[in-house]
Amino acid sequence: MKLFKTTVITLALLFASISFAQNKNARASIEVDGVCMMCKKRIEKASLNTKGVKSAIWNVETHELKLIFDERKTDIETISNSVLAVGHDTKTVKATDEAYSKVHPCCKYRDEEVLDDHKD
Amino acid sequence: MRKILYILFLLPLLALSQEQLSGVILEESSSQSPLPGANVFWLGTKVGNVTNFNGEFSLPYKVEYTKLVVSFVGYKTDTLTINNAKPIKHSLKPTSELEEINITSRNKATSNSYLSAQNIITVSSDELLKAACCNLAESFETNPSIDVNFADAVTGTKQIKMLGLTSPYILIATENIPSIRGASQAFGLSFIPGTWVESIQITKGAGSVVNGYESIAGQINAELVKPSTDDKLFVNLYGGSNTRLELNTHFNTKVSDKWDTGIYLHGNSHNKKHDVNDDGFLDMPTYNQVNIMNRWQYTNPEKGIVSFINLKYLNDEKQSGEIDFNPQTDKLTTNKWGSEIDTERYEVSAKLGYVNPVLPWQSVGVQAAYSGHQQDSYFGLNVYDIEHNSLYANVIYNTIISDSRHKIKTGVSYTYDHYNELVNTADFKRTENSVGAFVEYNYFNLDKLNVTAGLRVDNHNLLGTFITPRLHMRYTTWEKGVFRASVGRGKRSANIFAENQKIFSTSRAINIIDTTGKIYGLDPEIAWNYGVSFLQGFRLFGRKAEVTADFYRTDFKNQVVVDYENAQEVNFYNLKGDSYANSLQVELHYEPFSHFNTRLAYKNYDVKTQYNTGELEKALTPKHRFFANASYETEIKEGRTGYWKFDATYNWLGSQRFSSTENNPSEYQLPERSPTVSTVNAQVTKVFSPKFEVYLGGENILNTRQNNPIVSADNPFGSSFDTTFVYGPIFGANYFAGLRLKIK
Repeated sequence: MKLFKTTVITLALLFASISFAQNKNARASIEVDGVCMMCKKRIEKASLNTKGVKSAIWNVETHELKLIFDERKTDIETISNSVLAVGHDTKTVKATDEAYSKVHPCCKYRDEEVLDDHKD
Repeated sequence: MRKILYILFLLPLLALSQEQLSGVILEESSSQSPLPGANVFWLGTKVGNVTNFNGEFSLPYKVEYTKLVVSFVGYKTDTLTINNAKPIKHSLKPTSELEEINITSRNKATSNSYLSAQNIITVSSDELLKAACCNLAESFETNPSIDVNFADAVTGTKQIKMLGLTSPYILIATENIPSIRGASQAFGLSFIPGTWVESIQITKGAGSVVNGYESIAGQINAELVKPSTDDKLFVNLYGGSNTRLELNTHFNTKVSDKWDTGIYLHGNSHNKKHDVNDDGFLDMPTYNQVNIMNRWQYTNPEKGIVSFINLKYLNDEKQSGEIDFNPQTDKLTTNKWGSEIDTERYEVSAKLGYVNPVLPWQSVGVQAAYSGHQQDSYFGLNVYDIEHNSLYANVIYNTIISDSRHKIKTGVSYTYDHYNELVNTADFKRTENSVGAFVEYNYFNLDKLNVTAGLRVDNHNLLGTFITPRLHMRYTTWEKGVFRASVGRGKRSANIFAENQKIFSTSRAINIIDTTGKIYGLDPEIAWNYGVSFLQGFRLFGRKAEVTADFYRTDFKNQVVVDYENAQEVNFYNLKGDSYANSLQVELHYEPFSHFNTRLAYKNYDVKTQYNTGELEKALTPKHRFFANASYETEIKEGRTGYWKFDATYNWLGSQRFSSTENNPSEYQLPERSPTVSTVNAQVTKVFSPKFEVYLGGENILNTRQNNPIVSADNPFGSSFDTTFVYGPIFGANYFAGLRLKIK
């Protein structure tokens, strides 16, 4: 039984990884910090400028960045780096201060005051 | 297969792990809906996960892990103490700040788009309510981009103009299926009841290639109400002091979880004879119309399928002419001048839309429509019958190239039109068919630039093989400043009789001068349209304001010239020389205080055509027009549901040229130009609740009238009789009242 299970698992993982490795339209979501529609433009543009990204939709309320991308050309890390490079933190990594400093003053999402301004 | 793979992929996770903590995260609300995308991690570690679509998660568990942190943007972060690996269920509270935000924003009734490449004006249902009555033609009366006026003094038909050109040059579609064309061109707008319309999109300039090659001045698309979103029961009653009565009822029901259906009934009638100006002729026809539509809607969000099936039937009867005209004894005699127009029309249309649930940019749309139209009519001694059967099919495929900034629409279309006309004693039969393919590319860089470039190739049995290029672009020059430009070509066959039915209500001889063309001996009409517009949003005394200026030029390469310059004849011939229409419009929107909206517009037309007698300004087209509209809504008081709506529209039309009447005896000659015309419409609506409202209004409350709209009304069978010199309202003020009942 155990052998059977292991075989299935190995095969499944193998298949899965093959099917994933070839996925031209992989879907993933990452959390990206930001406050406004200007941020949305910046985040989506940065994502789409990453070669292989086909669709990027960032939700200003949930901070979810929904991605569809060609796994043969790019991966989540590359896309995250593009987003970080334009100054937006992801859930796991903070953008460098240098990148963050380039963000438009009204988009300074790390600033409590700016956040308050966008509440209504 | 993919599902199985996912299951197989999940299996090993479960099997491989030593011990796992699983659970579900919900939203703390009455619905307890799952929270996808919430973060769960063990405090002080890097071990964490995100909840899936159903709010479920699983995490490796070790005894030393005791504090589980659950967080999600917009919710209070919770830290849970975990002592064993039993599955957990936890609800997150929305953070209080978020809870208290209550955003209420009323839809703007008319809005110009800041984003689209095309110059599109969207008219919402709120705006449509401003014109309480009653059909599509009348719903443009509160819109400065479209001019509404009477076609003639007999049929009571309202015709529309855009960029100085009459409706045959506008592609008018319902739900993107070209619908008002061919035989229905003259009266078609009055065959779409206003309450059936959910919203209208007006595109100035060339428009998209997706809907065909015919549009020249622009496109108007009316979206109809949908069975799944319209009220379960809707009743609208309208009564006017001119004794016009209208009834609209909608019934919508859910048949199953995927099917919805609606039955829409419209009836209007006007049976009283009015002759305010004492010329012996009715000021407006007496009529009865019955209009029925049945819609079926299929929605399957999992599979990404939406479908509509529509069935329509219309019967319309009009009678006009002299007050004591009696059709039984006087039809087609010289006893009395009279006219009857009977129209019967049926339509079947179906749409199927598929959006790939996995790849949201990929979609396929299929549209098919069939209509049969029969009009039997006579005007004095002129007989005009037309039968038009039409088939339309269009398949559109949407996708992207490399990423979602580059969109492609491509597809094929087929049209078939068969016309059978009787003009007095002459028969005209014609069959037209065309097959076409189109591609439209859109580039939007998510920022300043948006470009749409379209091209279609059509093969038409009478128009030949030709290409139709269209280009639109939008550029954001600076904050809230939008520049647009468009250029495009249009081509069409003119249905000279159906489009110019007013020629029958005259004593003019009808002549077609050319004989070599394929359509009544005439050539197809070809025009290029060029336009630029600029929109600037700004703040004035701290309140929102918007100014738009646009300029369009339509240049005809060929046109079927309708020449009224000899008062005893109407001549149709191919254009020799120039024909153009320039339109300049400046519009200002301003909200001086909350819920009070004003719109001011000025429009200048320069429309000229080379007639056989020389280049002349287009008759009955005012060079100048002013428009002003103000609307106000009262606040809804705490705990109440009622409020008031006020709306007033002012229109001023400059003088209009009359076509030459110098051949007429002096008593039937008209001056060179008409006087100016001012009209005011106003309406008050009391909304008692979302379910019930009552409205009261006045049309043309200044009681402006054109006194002698009919030339030679005293001698209708004489050679100068003419009903086409109409520049203003014939009937004076009309007051109306009505109610709307809506049950969700």
